[in-house]
Amino acid sequence: MSEQDRIVEHIPRLRRYARALVGRAGEADDLVQDTLARAMDRLHTWRPERDLRVWLFALMHNLHVDQGRARRARPEVALGEEALAAPAPGAGEPPDVLAHRRLAWALARLPEPQRQVVLLVSLEQLTYDEVARALELPVGTVMSRLSRGRAALRALLQGEGLGPQLEVVK
Amino acid sequence: MTPHDPSPITEDELHAYADGLLPDGRRGAVEAHLAAHAEDAARVRSWSAATAALHAAFDTVLDEPIPARLTPPRARSRLVPRLAAAAALLAAGGAGWLLRGAVGPGESPSVGAPLAHQAAVAHAVYVPEVRHPVEVGAAEEGHLVAWLSKRLGAPLRAPHLGVQGWDLVGGRLLPGERGPVAFFMYADASGRRLTLYVARAAAGETGTAFRFSQEGAVGVFTWVDRNMGYALSGELPRPELLRVADAVYAQIER
Repeated sequence: MSEQDRIVEHIPRLRRYARALVGRAGEADDLVQDTLARAMDRLHTWRPERDLRVWLFALMHNLHVDQGRARRARPEVALGEEALAAPAPGAGEPPDVLAHRRLAWALARLPEPQRQVVLLVSLEQLTYDEVARALELPVGTVMSRLSRGRAALRALLQGEGLGPQLEVVK
Repeated sequence: MTPHDPSPITEDELHAYADGLLPDGRRGAVEAHLAAHAEDAARVRSWSAATAALHAAFDTVLDEPIPARLTPPRARSRLVPRLAAAAALLAAGGAGWLLRGAVGPGESPSVGAPLAHQAAVAHAVYVPEVRHPVEVGAAEEGHLVAWLSKRLGAPLRAPHLGVQGWDLVGGRLLPGERGPVAFFMYADASGRRLTLYVARAAAGETGTAFRFSQEGAVGVFTWVDRNMGYALSGELPRPELLRVADAVYAQIER
């Protein structure tokens, strides 16, 4: 199997992480597309002994950071007041849809460095060492961001009365 | 289990416990700590619950069909047409332009012919590539050779042909009839390209002399040496190609 085929195998998980990281599906897929293009261009720098998945997350992370700088340099639309409030239940909205919206809302409120670590650990199930390699951070920094990120997420969800619902999901 | 916490549980260990990353030897100690510290136990539960909620919310992405625009650019615009081109050449068989003159009607291919044909197909497919003729460039020759050797399961070397006027461009791994194939590309000062195709030989083929085949515009010298088949392909006059083949053979023999 070629390296290209192996990269293709990782696309679903790259999309999952990007969706949780970025929020909107279109923007998330843009990030995945850019990541894949960069991976193809830089395939010659990848070493067989390196974990391909960690390398792909590292590429995605660096692109996301670069694009974040560009976004901040030219802010688009100021967030409206409604973006600051937690989502309220819509009429006849199924509970899982509301839970999803609230989770997305809480994630969006985490400082991005914490959001990345929480998602790579909890959603992508990377080891702490793999997260450290993907984000090019010391493991100690990964652990402190994980701790702060989880505390912030818990406060956001409990503050919005989602604590008990999340307990039920377990 | 001891009331005095002789080996304090760290914050990192609580996370590792929630994430299933705790070494087995510490599990009992962490569970004892959680039994005695309700607030830590509630935090750990909330982390596990958040993990479950994240999966519930985002795992559906894994089952979505992948949008066409995410098929890697190389796989879509280069690799697939390239493989299709190669497949068409192979399917054309004895009638294909590559084989014209190499195998006549009703004539069974000589031992060297399949190797020569496959090498000529690979040559025709990759030599016109401008941006990505190789996967690993000559600057990383050590890595290239180690990688290809590992994949073929045999120690390889990329011959140095500078004396003959050919510099290594790089190489790639190709699928072959008997497993992976190492493919090296060389270029001369005028931009002409040569390729060296190295594959495992068929069982019982331990060594043969040089054979020459003309596959369309591509001339191919093939030989077998120590269970490996070699094919040197190029659009050059036969005597010139032979000089390079001699040099390749000499270096591999060494």
